[in-house]
Amino acid sequence: MFRGLWKLTWLEIKIFLREPLGAFGTILFPVLVFVVVGRLLGGRLTPGSIAATGFIRVGLPVLASVLVALSAVLSLVTIISIYREGGILKRLRATPLRPQTILTAHVLVKLALTVASLVLLVLAGKRYYPVNVDVPVFGFAMALLISTLSILSIGFLIASIVPTARFAQPIGAAILYPMLPFCGLFVPLQSLPPALQTVARMLPLTYAVSLLQGIWKGEAWSAHIGDVAALVAVFAICTALSAKVFRWE
Amino acid sequence: MGVFGTSGQVIQVSGIRKTYGSTVAVSDVSFEVSEGEIFGLIGPNGAGKTTTMECVEGVRRPDQGAVSILGLDPYRDMYQLQNSIGVQLQEAQLQKRIKVWEALDLWASLYPKTVDGDRLLEQLGLAGKRNAWFMTLSGGQKQRLFIALALINDPEVVFLDELTTGLDPQSRRAIWELVRDIRDRGKTVLMTTHLMEEAERLCDRVAIIEHGKIIDIGSPAELVRRHCPTRTVILATGNELAEERLRAMPSLETLTRQDSQFTIQGRGDEFVTEVIHCLAENRIRVTDFRTLLPNLEDVFLKLTGHSIRD
Repeated sequence: MFRGLWKLTWLEIKIFLREPLGAFGTILFPVLVFVVVGRLLGGRLTPGSIAATGFIRVGLPVLASVLVALSAVLSLVTIISIYREGGILKRLRATPLRPQTILTAHVLVKLALTVASLVLLVLAGKRYYPVNVDVPVFGFAMALLISTLSILSIGFLIASIVPTARFAQPIGAAILYPMLPFCGLFVPLQSLPPALQTVARMLPLTYAVSLLQGIWKGEAWSAHIGDVAALVAVFAICTALSAKVFRWE
Repeated sequence: MGVFGTSGQVIQVSGIRKTYGSTVAVSDVSFEVSEGEIFGLIGPNGAGKTTTMECVEGVRRPDQGAVSILGLDPYRDMYQLQNSIGVQLQEAQLQKRIKVWEALDLWASLYPKTVDGDRLLEQLGLAGKRNAWFMTLSGGQKQRLFIALALINDPEVVFLDELTTGLDPQSRRAIWELVRDIRDRGKTVLMTTHLMEEAERLCDRVAIIEHGKIIDIGSPAELVRRHCPTRTVILATGNELAEERLRAMPSLETLTRQDSQFTIQGRGDEFVTEVIHCLAENRIRVTDFRTLLPNLEDVFLKLTGHSIRD
Protein backbone atom coordinates (compact mmCIF):
# COMPACT_ATOMS: atom_id res chain seq x y z
CA MET A 1 0.00 0.00 0.00
CA PHE A 2 2.68 2.50 1.01
CA ARG A 3 5.64 0.72 -0.57
CA GLY A 4 8.56 3.10 -0.95
CA LEU A 5 7.13 5.69 1.47
CA TRP A 6 10.11 5.85 3.82
CA LYS A 7 12.65 5.77 1.03
CA LEU A 8 10.86 8.52 -0.85
CA THR A 9 10.40 10.63 2.29
CA TRP A 10 14.07 10.34 3.23
CA LEU A 11 15.08 11.06 -0.36
CA GLU A 12 12.88 14.15 -0.50
CA ILE A 13 14.37 15.45 2.75
CA LYS A 14 17.88 15.03 1.34
CA ILE A 15 16.87 16.71 -1.91
CA PHE A 16 15.26 19.57 -0.02
CA LEU A 17 18.37 20.16 2.06
CA ARG A 18 20.40 20.37 -1.17
CA GLU A 19 18.36 23.38 -2.32
CA PRO A 20 20.44 26.55 -2.08
CA LEU A 21 18.13 28.05 0.56
CA GLY A 22 16.49 24.82 1.69
CA ALA A 23 17.88 24.24 5.15
CA PHE A 24 18.74 27.84 5.85
CA GLY A 25 15.48 29.41 4.74
CA THR A 26 13.18 26.93 6.38
CA ILE A 27 14.93 25.84 9.54
CA LEU A 28 17.73 28.19 10.47
CA PHE A 29 16.32 31.55 9.42
CA PRO A 30 13.37 31.61 11.87
CA VAL A 31 15.74 30.61 14.67
CA LEU A 32 18.16 33.33 13.64
CA VAL A 33 15.43 35.98 13.73
CA PHE A 34 14.28 34.65 17.07
CA VAL A 35 17.77 34.83 18.55
CA VAL A 36 18.48 38.31 17.17
CA VAL A 37 15.18 39.66 18.47
CA GLY A 38 15.83 37.89 21.76
CA ARG A 39 19.20 39.57 22.15
CA LEU A 40 17.80 43.00 21.29
CA LEU A 41 14.92 42.69 23.72
CA GLY A 42 16.81 40.56 26.17
CA GLY A 43 17.47 43.25 28.76
CA ARG A 44 13.99 44.63 28.73
CA LEU A 45 12.07 41.40 29.10
CA THR A 46 11.94 40.38 32.68
CA PRO A 47 9.39 37.97 34.08
CA GLY A 48 8.08 40.89 36.09
CA SER A 49 6.76 43.03 33.25
CA ILE A 50 3.12 41.94 33.14
CA ALA A 51 2.19 43.37 29.74
CA ALA A 52 5.04 41.58 28.00
CA THR A 53 4.58 38.20 29.61
CA GLY A 54 1.04 37.60 28.35
CA PHE A 55 2.24 37.78 24.78
CA ILE A 56 5.65 36.23 25.37
CA ARG A 57 4.25 33.33 27.33
CA VAL A 58 1.47 32.29 25.05
CA GLY A 59 1.28 34.53 22.01
CA LEU A 60 4.84 34.22 20.81
CA PRO A 61 5.19 30.44 20.88
CA VAL A 62 1.85 30.04 19.14
CA LEU A 63 2.69 32.74 16.58
CA ALA A 64 6.01 31.06 15.86
CA SER A 65 4.31 27.67 15.47
CA VAL A 66 1.63 29.02 13.17
CA LEU A 67 4.13 30.91 11.00
CA VAL A 68 6.35 27.86 10.68
CA ALA A 69 3.32 25.73 9.78
CA LEU A 70 2.14 28.27 7.20
CA SER A 71 5.54 28.47 5.55
CA ALA A 72 5.65 24.67 5.41
CA VAL A 73 2.26 24.71 3.69
CA LEU A 74 3.37 27.30 1.15
CA SER A 75 6.50 25.36 0.42
CA LEU A 76 4.39 22.21 -0.04
CA VAL A 77 2.12 24.03 -2.50
CA THR A 78 5.14 25.27 -4.45
CA ILE A 79 6.90 21.92 -4.55
CA ILE A 80 3.80 20.06 -5.69
CA SER A 81 3.19 22.52 -8.50
CA ILE A 82 6.84 22.50 -9.61
CA TYR A 83 6.76 18.69 -9.62
CA ARG A 84 3.60 18.72 -11.64
CA GLU A 85 4.88 21.26 -14.15
CA GLY A 86 8.17 19.42 -14.59
CA GLY A 87 6.44 16.11 -15.26
CA ILE A 88 7.97 14.60 -12.12
CA LEU A 89 4.58 13.69 -10.64
CA LYS A 90 3.62 12.04 -13.90
CA ARG A 91 6.89 10.08 -14.00
CA LEU A 92 6.51 8.94 -10.39
CA ARG A 93 2.95 7.95 -11.08
CA ALA A 94 4.04 5.54 -13.81
CA THR A 95 5.74 3.43 -11.13
CA PRO A 96 4.25 1.22 -8.43
CA LEU A 97 4.32 4.26 -6.15
CA ARG A 98 0.71 4.93 -5.23
CA PRO A 99 -0.53 8.51 -5.46
CA GLN A 100 -1.19 8.62 -1.74
CA THR A 101 2.39 7.48 -1.08
CA ILE A 102 3.88 10.33 -3.10
CA LEU A 103 1.66 12.90 -1.43
CA THR A 104 2.08 11.46 2.07
CA ALA A 105 5.85 11.54 1.61
CA HIS A 106 5.70 15.27 0.92
CA VAL A 107 3.51 15.91 3.93
CA LEU A 108 5.93 13.91 6.11
CA VAL A 109 8.86 15.93 4.79
CA LYS A 110 7.10 19.16 5.69
CA LEU A 111 6.14 17.84 9.12
CA ALA A 112 9.73 16.75 9.78
CA LEU A 113 11.06 20.15 8.80
CA THR A 114 8.41 21.89 10.91
CA VAL A 115 9.36 19.79 13.91
CA ALA A 116 13.06 20.48 13.36
CA SER A 117 12.60 24.24 13.21
CA LEU A 118 10.26 24.28 16.20
CA VAL A 119 12.66 22.22 18.31
CA LEU A 120 15.43 24.66 17.47
CA LEU A 121 13.12 27.58 18.30
CA VAL A 122 12.28 26.08 21.66
CA LEU A 123 15.96 25.50 22.44
CA ALA A 124 16.77 29.06 21.41
CA GLY A 125 13.79 30.33 23.33
CA LYS A 126 14.89 28.68 26.55
CA ARG A 127 18.11 30.63 26.33
CA TYR A 128 16.70 34.05 25.49
CA TYR A 129 13.14 34.31 26.69
CA PRO A 130 11.91 33.94 30.23
CA VAL A 131 9.19 31.50 29.28
CA ASN A 132 8.12 29.01 31.86
CA VAL A 133 9.24 25.56 30.85
CA ASP A 134 6.40 23.72 32.54
CA VAL A 135 4.54 23.62 29.22
CA PRO A 136 2.69 20.39 28.29
CA VAL A 137 5.19 19.57 25.53
CA PHE A 138 3.52 16.35 24.36
CA GLY A 139 0.06 17.87 24.37
CA PHE A 140 1.26 20.93 22.51
CA ALA A 141 3.03 18.74 19.96
CA MET A 142 -0.22 16.83 19.38
CA ALA A 143 -2.17 20.08 19.04
CA LEU A 144 0.44 21.35 16.61
CA LEU A 145 0.30 18.12 14.61
CA ILE A 146 -3.48 18.32 14.30
CA SER A 147 -3.31 22.01 13.37
CA THR A 148 -0.52 21.54 10.85
CA LEU A 149 -2.19 18.57 9.14
CA SER A 150 -5.36 20.58 8.88
CA ILE A 151 -3.58 23.60 7.37
CA LEU A 152 -1.54 21.29 5.11
CA SER A 153 -4.77 19.88 3.72
CA ILE A 154 -5.81 23.42 2.76
CA GLY A 155 -2.41 23.73 1.10
CA PHE A 156 -3.03 20.52 -0.80
CA LEU A 157 -6.34 21.79 -2.05
CA ILE A 158 -4.58 24.95 -3.25
CA ALA A 159 -1.83 22.82 -4.84
CA SER A 160 -4.50 20.76 -6.59
CA ILE A 161 -6.00 23.70 -8.40
CA VAL A 162 -3.29 26.34 -8.98
CA PRO A 163 -2.67 26.56 -12.72
CA THR A 164 1.12 26.96 -12.77
CA ALA A 165 4.06 26.81 -10.40
CA ARG A 166 4.65 30.54 -10.76
CA PHE A 167 1.28 31.30 -9.19
CA ALA A 168 1.45 28.65 -6.52
CA GLN A 169 3.30 30.63 -3.86
CA PRO A 170 1.44 33.97 -4.33
CA ILE A 171 -1.99 32.33 -4.49
CA GLY A 172 -1.20 30.23 -1.45
CA ALA A 173 0.01 33.28 0.45
CA ALA A 174 -3.02 35.32 -0.64
CA ILE A 175 -5.33 32.66 0.76
CA LEU A 176 -3.49 31.86 3.97
CA TYR A 177 -1.92 35.09 5.26
CA PRO A 178 -5.09 37.24 5.39
CA MET A 179 -6.36 34.78 8.01
CA LEU A 180 -3.63 35.92 10.41
CA PRO A 181 -5.13 39.22 11.68
CA PHE A 182 -8.50 37.61 12.42
CA CYS A 183 -7.51 34.33 13.97
CA GLY A 184 -7.04 35.55 17.53
CA LEU A 185 -3.27 35.59 17.46
CA PHE A 186 -2.78 39.32 17.92
CA VAL A 187 -6.16 40.45 19.16
CA PRO A 188 -8.41 38.23 21.30
CA LEU A 189 -11.55 37.17 19.44
CA GLN A 190 -13.82 38.75 22.05
CA SER A 191 -12.44 42.21 21.35
CA LEU A 192 -13.17 42.02 17.62
CA PRO A 193 -16.34 43.68 16.23
CA PRO A 194 -19.20 41.15 15.86
CA ALA A 195 -18.91 41.07 12.05
CA LEU A 196 -15.24 40.20 12.24
CA GLN A 197 -15.95 37.63 14.93
CA THR A 198 -18.21 35.88 12.42
CA VAL A 199 -15.44 36.01 9.81
CA ALA A 200 -12.99 34.65 12.36
CA ARG A 201 -15.27 31.70 13.14
CA MET A 202 -15.17 30.72 9.48
CA LEU A 203 -11.38 30.61 9.34
CA PRO A 204 -9.72 27.27 10.07
CA LEU A 205 -6.71 29.10 11.47
CA THR A 206 -8.86 30.51 14.31
CA TYR A 207 -9.48 27.01 15.63
CA ALA A 208 -5.81 26.11 15.31
CA VAL A 209 -4.79 29.20 17.29
CA SER A 210 -7.44 28.62 19.93
CA LEU A 211 -6.34 25.00 20.35
CA LEU A 212 -2.63 25.85 20.45
CA GLN A 213 -3.06 28.70 22.91
CA GLY A 214 -5.30 26.67 25.15
CA ILE A 215 -3.05 23.64 25.30
CA TRP A 216 0.05 25.81 25.76
CA LYS A 217 -1.62 27.49 28.74
CA GLY A 218 -2.33 24.09 30.21
CA GLU A 219 -6.06 23.92 29.57
CA ALA A 220 -7.70 20.52 29.24
CA TRP A 221 -8.33 18.90 25.84
CA SER A 222 -11.99 18.57 26.80
CA ALA A 223 -12.26 22.37 26.68
CA HIS A 224 -11.13 22.30 23.04
CA ILE A 225 -13.20 19.49 21.54
CA GLY A 226 -14.86 22.06 19.28
CA ASP A 227 -11.50 23.26 17.92
CA VAL A 228 -10.32 19.72 17.25
CA ALA A 229 -13.61 18.85 15.55
CA ALA A 230 -13.37 21.93 13.32
CA LEU A 231 -9.77 21.14 12.33
CA VAL A 232 -10.60 17.50 11.61
CA ALA A 233 -13.58 18.59 9.52
CA VAL A 234 -11.38 20.98 7.52
CA PHE A 235 -8.87 18.17 6.99
CA ALA A 236 -11.55 15.72 5.86
CA ILE A 237 -13.22 18.17 3.48
CA CYS A 238 -10.00 19.48 1.93
CA THR A 239 -8.53 15.99 1.53
CA ALA A 240 -11.70 14.69 -0.10
CA LEU A 241 -11.88 17.69 -2.44
CA SER A 242 -8.17 17.42 -3.35
CA ALA A 243 -8.60 13.75 -4.16
CA LYS A 244 -11.34 14.75 -6.61
CA VAL A 245 -9.67 17.70 -8.31
CA PHE A 246 -5.96 16.90 -8.05
CA ARG A 247 -4.19 17.09 -11.38
CA TRP A 248 -1.06 15.04 -12.04
CA GLU A 249 0.07 17.01 -15.07
CA MET B 1 -1.25 -20.33 -24.41
CA GLY B 2 0.68 -19.21 -21.29
CA VAL B 3 0.76 -15.67 -20.00
CA PHE B 4 0.02 -14.05 -23.33
CA GLY B 5 -3.52 -15.30 -23.63
CA THR B 6 -4.75 -17.25 -26.60
CA SER B 7 -3.50 -14.96 -29.34
CA GLY B 8 0.24 -15.08 -28.66
CA GLN B 9 0.30 -11.28 -28.73
CA VAL B 10 1.97 -9.36 -25.90
CA ILE B 11 0.04 -6.16 -26.61
CA GLN B 12 -3.45 -6.02 -28.09
CA VAL B 13 -5.12 -2.71 -28.78
CA SER B 14 -8.58 -2.73 -30.27
CA GLY B 15 -10.55 0.29 -31.34
CA ILE B 16 -9.37 2.78 -28.75
CA ARG B 17 -10.60 6.34 -28.86
CA LYS B 18 -9.60 9.28 -26.68
CA THR B 19 -10.90 12.84 -26.77
CA TYR B 20 -9.85 15.94 -24.86
CA GLY B 21 -12.86 18.22 -24.81
CA SER B 22 -13.89 18.55 -28.43
CA THR B 23 -10.49 17.46 -29.77
CA VAL B 24 -10.30 13.86 -30.91
CA ALA B 25 -6.74 12.81 -30.06
CA VAL B 26 -7.05 9.17 -31.08
CA SER B 27 -9.86 7.41 -32.88
CA ASP B 28 -10.36 3.74 -33.65
CA VAL B 29 -6.73 2.74 -33.18
CA SER B 30 -6.05 -1.01 -33.26
CA PHE B 31 -2.81 -2.97 -33.46
CA GLU B 32 -1.04 -5.95 -31.97
CA VAL B 33 2.55 -6.44 -30.90
CA SER B 34 4.17 -9.88 -30.71
CA GLU B 35 6.71 -11.08 -28.19
CA GLY B 36 10.28 -9.93 -28.90
CA GLU B 37 9.24 -7.32 -31.42
CA ILE B 38 10.14 -3.63 -31.63
CA PHE B 39 6.93 -1.95 -32.72
CA GLY B 40 6.93 1.74 -33.62
CA LEU B 41 4.14 4.28 -33.67
CA ILE B 42 5.29 6.84 -36.21
CA GLY B 43 3.83 10.12 -37.32
CA PRO B 44 4.29 13.87 -36.97
CA ASN B 45 4.08 15.69 -33.64
CA GLY B 46 0.49 15.91 -32.46
CA ALA B 47 -0.64 12.90 -34.50
CA GLY B 48 -1.77 10.99 -31.40
CA LYS B 49 1.27 8.78 -30.83
CA THR B 50 1.82 9.74 -27.20
CA THR B 51 -1.88 9.56 -26.33
CA THR B 52 -2.03 6.07 -27.85
CA MET B 53 1.09 5.08 -25.94
CA GLU B 54 -0.23 6.44 -22.64
CA CYS B 55 -3.51 4.59 -23.07
CA VAL B 56 -1.56 1.38 -23.66
CA GLU B 57 0.68 2.01 -20.63
CA GLY B 58 -2.33 2.59 -18.42
CA VAL B 59 -1.41 6.20 -17.63
CA ARG B 60 -4.61 7.27 -19.38
CA ARG B 61 -7.92 5.53 -19.78
CA PRO B 62 -9.30 5.39 -23.32
CA ASP B 63 -12.90 6.60 -23.76
CA GLN B 64 -13.65 3.57 -25.90
CA GLY B 65 -11.98 0.34 -26.94
CA ALA B 66 -9.85 -2.16 -25.10
CA VAL B 67 -6.18 -2.64 -24.33
CA SER B 68 -4.55 -5.81 -23.11
CA ILE B 69 -0.91 -6.25 -22.10
CA LEU B 70 0.27 -9.73 -21.15
CA GLY B 71 -3.40 -10.59 -20.79
CA LEU B 72 -4.10 -7.76 -18.30
CA ASP B 73 -6.00 -4.50 -18.58
CA PRO B 74 -3.33 -1.81 -18.07
CA TYR B 75 -5.72 0.68 -16.48
CA ARG B 76 -7.58 -1.69 -14.19
CA ASP B 77 -4.70 -4.02 -13.34
CA MET B 78 -2.07 -1.24 -13.28
CA TYR B 79 -0.34 -2.28 -10.08
CA GLN B 80 -0.20 -5.92 -11.03
CA LEU B 81 1.12 -5.11 -14.48
CA GLN B 82 3.72 -2.59 -13.36
CA ASN B 83 6.08 -5.35 -12.25
CA SER B 84 6.34 -6.59 -15.83
CA ILE B 85 6.48 -3.32 -17.77
CA GLY B 86 9.06 -0.53 -18.00
CA VAL B 87 8.03 2.96 -18.99
CA GLN B 88 9.94 5.92 -20.35
CA LEU B 89 7.69 8.96 -20.69
CA GLN B 90 8.18 11.76 -23.16
CA GLU B 91 9.74 14.90 -21.67
CA ALA B 92 9.70 13.53 -18.16
CA GLN B 93 11.87 15.04 -15.47
CA LEU B 94 13.10 13.99 -12.08
CA GLN B 95 13.81 16.07 -9.02
CA LYS B 96 16.61 18.49 -9.97
CA ARG B 97 18.89 17.48 -7.15
CA ILE B 98 18.24 13.75 -7.00
CA LYS B 99 21.41 11.75 -7.59
CA VAL B 100 21.56 9.11 -10.31
CA TRP B 101 22.08 6.25 -7.86
CA GLU B 102 19.30 7.54 -5.58
CA ALA B 103 16.79 7.44 -8.41
CA LEU B 104 17.78 3.89 -9.30
CA ASP B 105 17.72 2.90 -5.65
CA LEU B 106 14.22 4.32 -5.16
CA TRP B 107 12.92 2.62 -8.29
CA ALA B 108 14.58 -0.66 -7.30
CA SER B 109 12.86 -0.54 -3.90
CA LEU B 110 9.47 -0.48 -5.59
CA TYR B 111 9.67 -3.79 -7.45
CA PRO B 112 9.85 -7.34 -6.14
CA LYS B 113 12.34 -8.44 -8.81
CA THR B 114 15.13 -6.14 -10.00
CA VAL B 115 18.37 -6.25 -11.93
CA ASP B 116 21.64 -4.89 -10.54
CA GLY B 117 21.45 -1.08 -10.78
CA ASP B 118 25.21 -0.52 -10.91
CA ARG B 119 25.56 -2.96 -13.75
CA LEU B 120 22.76 -1.23 -15.59
CA LEU B 121 24.54 2.11 -15.18
CA GLU B 122 27.70 0.50 -16.48
CA GLN B 123 25.90 -0.87 -19.54
CA LEU B 124 24.35 2.51 -20.24
CA GLY B 125 27.65 4.36 -19.84
CA LEU B 126 26.47 6.21 -16.73
CA ALA B 127 28.76 4.61 -14.14
CA GLY B 128 30.82 7.82 -13.92
CA LYS B 129 27.67 9.83 -13.21
CA ARG B 130 26.50 7.72 -10.29
CA ASN B 131 26.72 10.60 -7.81
CA ALA B 132 25.71 13.38 -10.19
CA TRP B 133 22.54 15.43 -9.65
CA PHE B 134 19.86 14.93 -12.26
CA MET B 135 19.99 18.62 -13.23
CA THR B 136 23.67 18.36 -14.17
CA LEU B 137 23.15 15.55 -16.70
CA SER B 138 23.17 16.20 -20.45
CA GLY B 139 20.10 15.39 -22.54
CA GLY B 140 21.57 12.07 -23.63
CA GLN B 141 22.54 11.13 -20.10
CA LYS B 142 19.04 11.92 -18.83
CA GLN B 143 17.53 9.72 -21.53
CA ARG B 144 19.92 6.91 -20.64
CA LEU B 145 18.97 7.27 -16.98
CA PHE B 146 15.30 7.02 -17.96
CA ILE B 147 16.10 3.88 -19.92
CA ALA B 148 17.87 2.51 -16.85
CA LEU B 149 14.80 3.28 -14.71
CA ALA B 150 12.56 1.62 -17.30
CA LEU B 151 14.73 -1.52 -17.19
CA ILE B 152 15.41 -1.77 -13.44
CA ASN B 153 12.54 -4.23 -12.87
CA ASP B 154 13.65 -6.52 -15.72
CA PRO B 155 10.35 -5.91 -17.57
CA GLU B 156 8.80 -8.06 -20.29
CA VAL B 157 7.48 -5.05 -22.16
CA VAL B 158 9.25 -1.70 -22.49
CA PHE B 159 7.58 1.55 -23.60
CA LEU B 160 9.79 4.24 -25.09
CA ASP B 161 8.21 7.57 -26.05
CA GLU B 162 10.21 9.89 -28.34
CA LEU B 163 13.38 8.42 -26.94
CA THR B 164 15.97 10.38 -28.90
CA THR B 165 14.22 13.71 -29.42
CA GLY B 166 16.64 16.56 -28.93
CA LEU B 167 19.74 14.36 -28.89
CA ASP B 168 22.77 14.73 -31.12
CA PRO B 169 23.33 12.05 -33.80
CA GLN B 170 26.04 10.32 -31.80
CA SER B 171 23.92 9.87 -28.64
CA ARG B 172 21.05 8.84 -30.86
CA ARG B 173 23.03 6.01 -32.41
CA ALA B 174 24.24 4.89 -28.98
CA ILE B 175 20.63 4.73 -27.76
CA TRP B 176 19.49 2.79 -30.84
CA GLU B 177 22.14 0.23 -29.97
CA LEU B 178 20.70 0.00 -26.45
CA VAL B 179 17.17 -0.55 -27.74
CA ARG B 180 18.37 -3.37 -30.01
CA ASP B 181 20.04 -4.90 -26.96
CA ILE B 182 16.73 -4.76 -25.09
CA ARG B 183 15.02 -6.66 -27.89
CA ASP B 184 17.89 -9.14 -28.17
CA ARG B 185 17.28 -10.00 -24.53
CA GLY B 186 13.80 -11.12 -25.54
CA LYS B 187 11.86 -8.06 -24.43
CA THR B 188 9.02 -6.54 -26.38
CA VAL B 189 9.35 -2.85 -27.18
CA LEU B 190 6.61 -0.36 -28.08
CA MET B 191 8.08 2.97 -29.11
CA THR B 192 7.01 6.24 -30.71
CA THR B 193 9.10 8.44 -32.95
CA HIS B 194 8.69 11.17 -35.50
CA LEU B 195 12.10 10.32 -36.97
CA MET B 196 11.69 8.07 -39.97
CA GLU B 197 15.33 7.08 -39.94
CA GLU B 198 14.96 5.91 -36.36
CA ALA B 199 11.89 3.85 -37.23
CA GLU B 200 13.60 2.31 -40.23
CA ARG B 201 16.70 1.32 -38.33
CA LEU B 202 15.04 0.07 -35.16
CA CYS B 203 11.51 -1.10 -35.72
CA ASP B 204 10.49 -4.57 -36.85
CA ARG B 205 7.05 -3.19 -37.62
CA VAL B 206 5.53 0.28 -37.57
CA ALA B 207 2.08 1.83 -37.54
CA ILE B 208 1.81 5.15 -39.34
CA ILE B 209 -0.47 7.51 -37.40
CA GLU B 210 -1.91 10.77 -38.58
CA HIS B 211 -4.74 12.86 -37.14
CA GLY B 212 -5.32 10.21 -34.48
CA LYS B 213 -5.85 7.37 -36.95
CA ILE B 214 -3.65 4.52 -38.08
CA ILE B 215 -3.13 4.75 -41.83
CA ASP B 216 -1.17 1.53 -42.32
CA ILE B 217 0.81 -1.10 -40.42
CA GLY B 218 3.71 -3.25 -41.58
CA SER B 219 7.46 -3.69 -41.56
CA PRO B 220 9.31 -0.67 -43.00
CA ALA B 221 10.32 -2.73 -46.06
CA GLU B 222 6.74 -3.97 -46.58
CA LEU B 223 5.33 -0.46 -46.39
CA VAL B 224 7.89 0.82 -48.86
CA ARG B 225 7.11 -2.03 -51.27
CA ARG B 226 3.39 -1.50 -50.91
CA HIS B 227 3.25 2.25 -51.29
CA CYS B 228 6.43 3.23 -53.11
CA PRO B 229 7.19 0.44 -55.61
CA THR B 230 9.21 2.72 -57.85
CA ARG B 231 13.00 2.17 -57.84
CA THR B 232 15.42 4.78 -59.09
CA VAL B 233 18.84 4.08 -60.61
CA ILE B 234 21.34 6.81 -61.38
CA LEU B 235 24.21 5.86 -63.67
CA ALA B 236 26.83 7.61 -65.73
CA THR B 237 28.16 6.25 -69.02
CA GLY B 238 29.82 7.57 -72.15
CA ASN B 239 28.28 4.78 -74.25
CA GLU B 240 26.16 6.35 -77.02
CA LEU B 241 23.91 3.29 -77.27
CA ALA B 242 23.01 3.39 -73.56
CA GLU B 243 19.89 5.53 -73.84
CA GLU B 244 18.38 3.40 -76.59
CA ARG B 245 19.09 0.11 -74.78
CA LEU B 246 17.76 1.36 -71.46
CA ARG B 247 14.58 2.68 -73.07
CA ALA B 248 14.00 -0.77 -74.49
CA MET B 249 13.65 -2.25 -70.98
CA PRO B 250 10.01 -3.32 -70.43
CA SER B 251 9.90 -2.30 -66.74
CA LEU B 252 11.25 1.19 -67.37
CA GLU B 253 8.90 4.03 -66.50
CA THR B 254 10.89 7.22 -66.88
CA LEU B 255 14.33 8.13 -68.11
CA THR B 256 15.95 11.55 -67.86
CA ARG B 257 19.37 12.33 -69.19
CA GLN B 258 21.83 15.04 -68.30
CA ASP B 259 24.92 14.76 -70.48
CA SER B 260 26.37 11.40 -69.54
CA GLN B 261 24.22 10.93 -66.42
CA PHE B 262 20.98 8.97 -66.59
CA THR B 263 18.25 8.88 -63.99
CA ILE B 264 15.92 5.97 -64.65
CA GLN B 265 12.88 4.72 -62.75
CA GLY B 266 10.91 1.54 -62.88
CA ARG B 267 8.47 -0.47 -60.78
CA GLY B 268 9.19 -3.45 -58.59
CA ASP B 269 12.04 -5.07 -56.75
CA GLU B 270 13.36 -6.64 -59.94
CA PHE B 271 13.97 -3.32 -61.62
CA VAL B 272 17.54 -2.84 -60.37
CA THR B 273 18.49 -6.37 -61.41
CA GLU B 274 17.03 -5.78 -64.85
CA VAL B 275 19.08 -2.63 -65.24
CA ILE B 276 22.25 -4.51 -64.32
CA HIS B 277 21.33 -7.24 -66.82
CA CYS B 278 20.73 -4.69 -69.52
CA LEU B 279 24.10 -3.04 -68.88
CA ALA B 280 25.90 -6.38 -68.86
CA GLU B 281 24.24 -7.76 -71.97
CA ASN B 282 25.06 -4.66 -73.95
CA ARG B 283 28.54 -4.36 -72.47
CA ILE B 284 27.85 -0.79 -71.42
CA ARG B 285 30.67 0.52 -69.20
CA VAL B 286 29.53 2.80 -66.41
CA THR B 287 31.56 5.26 -64.33
CA ASP B 288 28.83 5.68 -61.70
CA PHE B 289 25.97 3.44 -60.56
CA ARG B 290 23.71 4.30 -57.65
CA THR B 291 20.28 3.15 -56.56
CA LEU B 292 17.92 5.41 -54.67
CA LEU B 293 15.56 3.36 -52.55
CA PRO B 294 12.40 4.96 -51.29
CA ASN B 295 12.15 5.01 -47.50
CA LEU B 296 9.47 5.52 -44.85
CA GLU B 297 9.74 9.25 -45.42
CA ASP B 298 8.54 8.69 -48.99
CA VAL B 299 5.81 6.33 -47.79
CA PHE B 300 4.57 8.98 -45.40
CA LEU B 301 4.60 11.60 -48.14
CA LYS B 302 2.69 9.27 -50.45
CA LEU B 303 0.07 8.36 -47.83
CA THR B 304 -0.57 11.80 -46.38
CA GLY B 305 0.34 14.13 -49.20
CA HIS B 306 2.80 16.02 -47.02
CA SER B 307 6.20 15.53 -45.47
CA ILE B 308 6.34 14.42 -41.84
CA ARG B 309 8.24 17.59 -40.95
CA ASP B 310 5.50 19.96 -42.19
